[in-house]
Amino acid sequence: MKSATEVDLQTEGQMARTHYLNVDLGVKSWLLTTDHKRIGILYLCTILIFFVIASVAAALMRLELLTPQGDLVTSETYNKLFTVHGVLMVWFFLIPSIPAVLGNFVLPMMIGARDVAFPKLNLFSWYLFVAGGALALWSLIRGGVDTGWTFYTPYSTTYANSHVISMAAGVFVAGFSSIITGMNFMTTTHQMRAPGLTWFRLPLFVWSLYATSLILVLATPVLAITLALMSVERFWGVGIFDPKLGGDPVLFQHLFWFYSHPAVYIMILPGMGVISELITCFSRKQIFGYGFVAAASMAIAILGFVVWGHHMFVSSQSVYAGMVFSILSFLVAIPSAIKVFNWTATLHKGSISFQTPMLYALGFIGLFTIGGMTGLFLATLAVDVHVHDSYFVIAHFHYIMVGGMVMAFMGGLHYWWPKITGRLYPEFAGKLAAMITFIGFNLTFFPQFILGYLGMPRRYHAYPPEFQLFNVLSTAGASILGIGYLLPLIYFLWSLKFGRVAGPNPWRATGLEWQTASPPLKHNFKETPIVTGKPYAYSAQEDADLNLATV
Amino acid sequence: MEKFHLFPPEASSTAQQVDWIYFALTALTFLICAIVFLPIIFFAIKYRTGSTADRSNPRVESILIESGWTIVPLVIFIGLFGWGAIVYFHIERPPRDALQVQVVGKQWMWKLQHAEGKSEINELHLPVGRAVTLTMTSQDVIHSFFVPAFRVKQDVVPGRYTSEWFKPSKPGEYHIFCAQYCGTHHSGMIGRVLVMEPIDYEHWLSTGQSTESIVLAGERLFRERGCSGCHSLNSKFHAPLLDGVFGKPALLEGGNIVTADERYMRDSILLPGKEIARGYQNIMPSYTGQLSEEEIMQLIAYLKSIGNQNPPGESK
Repeated sequence: MKSATEVDLQTEGQMARTHYLNVDLGVKSWLLTTDHKRIGILYLCTILIFFVIASVAAALMRLELLTPQGDLVTSETYNKLFTVHGVLMVWFFLIPSIPAVLGNFVLPMMIGARDVAFPKLNLFSWYLFVAGGALALWSLIRGGVDTGWTFYTPYSTTYANSHVISMAAGVFVAGFSSIITGMNFMTTTHQMRAPGLTWFRLPLFVWSLYATSLILVLATPVLAITLALMSVERFWGVGIFDPKLGGDPVLFQHLFWFYSHPAVYIMILPGMGVISELITCFSRKQIFGYGFVAAASMAIAILGFVVWGHHMFVSSQSVYAGMVFSILSFLVAIPSAIKVFNWTATLHKGSISFQTPMLYALGFIGLFTIGGMTGLFLATLAVDVHVHDSYFVIAHFHYIMVGGMVMAFMGGLHYWWPKITGRLYPEFAGKLAAMITFIGFNLTFFPQFILGYLGMPRRYHAYPPEFQLFNVLSTAGASILGIGYLLPLIYFLWSLKFGRVAGPNPWRATGLEWQTASPPLKHNFKETPIVTGKPYAYSAQEDADLNLATV
Repeated sequence: MEKFHLFPPEASSTAQQVDWIYFALTALTFLICAIVFLPIIFFAIKYRTGSTADRSNPRVESILIESGWTIVPLVIFIGLFGWGAIVYFHIERPPRDALQVQVVGKQWMWKLQHAEGKSEINELHLPVGRAVTLTMTSQDVIHSFFVPAFRVKQDVVPGRYTSEWFKPSKPGEYHIFCAQYCGTHHSGMIGRVLVMEPIDYEHWLSTGQSTESIVLAGERLFRERGCSGCHSLNSKFHAPLLDGVFGKPALLEGGNIVTADERYMRDSILLPGKEIARGYQNIMPSYTGQLSEEEIMQLIAYLKSIGNQNPPGESK
């Protein structure tokens, strides 16, 4: 055997000899691991299960909505389908997607650390997540829940005949997983940065994870309290929300959205961080306006706490409260706009290549811009009165959650896949899937904007026949979108065995995570790296010259 | 597949105002998309890897540019906020001379009653050109009364009254949807508004079995359910007279002053101990479970009708 270092070996097209995946073998080594990279993979496998279940629920809903009559499933089943879709997608897929999978895997490496600050707590938070998920699945197997993911009272506390408490308990337990992960990430970022890695040298993905963690730690407890109060009323009949028991049903909405609106930013901020990594790497450019992009993440996290009332413009909330929430909602759009403009400006004078992660990143910018702009319709009081609780809202938040966060997650997964597994996915299949996803997504959700303004309410099992055309288009789009998600599943698995060996840095990226072997060593780095400059030290000019020289 | 539309009918006086904001927002969306997407496409072509474009001296920061794309959107956004807020204020403030309709939502139907006493289920007949105020409550979960053609929607909340108004501007048939998820047959909680020429409306109103008006029904309940036994001049109990009370400030035990509106009346019937009028004892029994939502609304309509009368025995 050769006596070269791992990194040297890799340049010859072979895998590193020992790395975090083969250092210990066996189920026990995975279930008791405290390695942040393995925990990231545990999360990836777990959320994939929930993504598949929730997607099947969505597919059944779209099939039901092909025809105006409610003829494929009963109303009761339909209501359970959208509840399962919402609960699983929000709490068991989107919220953990980028932070717990990609964040866990790359955050410590990005800051030059051996692991997160509390590795055992990190494993514990995965177990909490699994326990919460098991409770949710258990409620599903026992017959499901029909309250919608929003659990509005007094329906959820007094009228629903489904397994509300066990589902809420699942979300409650998973919430503690969020809190612990957030706390772990914040501590890690404060305490474990490599020498020379000052706050303003941090990659923007780290900034976005920090902002996300802040929300996870501060908002999630309110969700826990709200769900606990709801369960107390449902189980013991203590009057909190049901007016028949002397409670106030609108109070529930205030508490619920005080968590759930910031949660929307948990579901987009990490995606924005990933996009900053991808845009810079594949345009070989420093990010335009680093300070503004980083500060925008923090501004979104903070402003996001004071806009919850925009979900309640027609709830009987005071007109004046509505006005305050409306203007604050316009303000929170500003930092998002700043990010979009800065990403666009970053492309100027770059050397842009269009590998799969970059296609997802460009797709993200397009879909997020449309999602953000349609958010302004909803922040505008008089327009919201009409489109509130209609398909317009559904289309808007899917543009953010799926067009934004899922695109970013897929982009990030492709980008770091060679780091995670040591092997490259097949590039052509990757590009194809990215484009199919983009087309399928738009065909699924764009017609829903029109449906919403026409007045089709959300959560309708049957609908008037004049809405059918757009529903058919949407269902057709969903089947294309399904292929776009199925393809990566197949070629990622294929690449585990047959993918080309990636080498330590297939994208010639500048982040610290690319300075170690792929897959990385158990403790990431042989020696703690020392940081001497700003992130994204790319040079488009050099790259262009290099390319011209090789042609 | 049936007829389809891209846009809902504009059938109320406010529909057009809402649509103008919608068009402005749509135009702004196209503009912003153009401002973002065209440069991306341009850069993607010009600066693709392998092109010979000039890449010298790339800029990575500019306070001027950053301020520009912060301040310009900010100004536009504040303008949009103001426009939306003005129209919203208009939508939320019913005119005084509006027709009154009482609405009770329940799983899964709408029960409506006109001031003249005529009741309907899942249908609402209205004359064109007259403003209408719906006073709404729910007897179970939260519903939402949504008429897309009028661009109005308001949640219907148990335990409180909400109101919604509109002025139909075109005769025709329009959807009523429940927009707030309310359980199994949520999507079946639909109905229609039938906007008619005033003369047809009068005809419709006068046909069918004759009914007592809401105020008269309230007056009858006031007698039959024993309210008048105490709330009258010759009562042996010390209870306040209710003429001239509605809509005015009410002084409470403890010194608080509240407006004697629908909410106060409702609470005083169902939770009489909650806000005691000053100078009186907490002796009234609760009517929780004794009266239907419709009956409570009728009682309040009666109390409202005597709200402008002077209490008997008091000189002008």
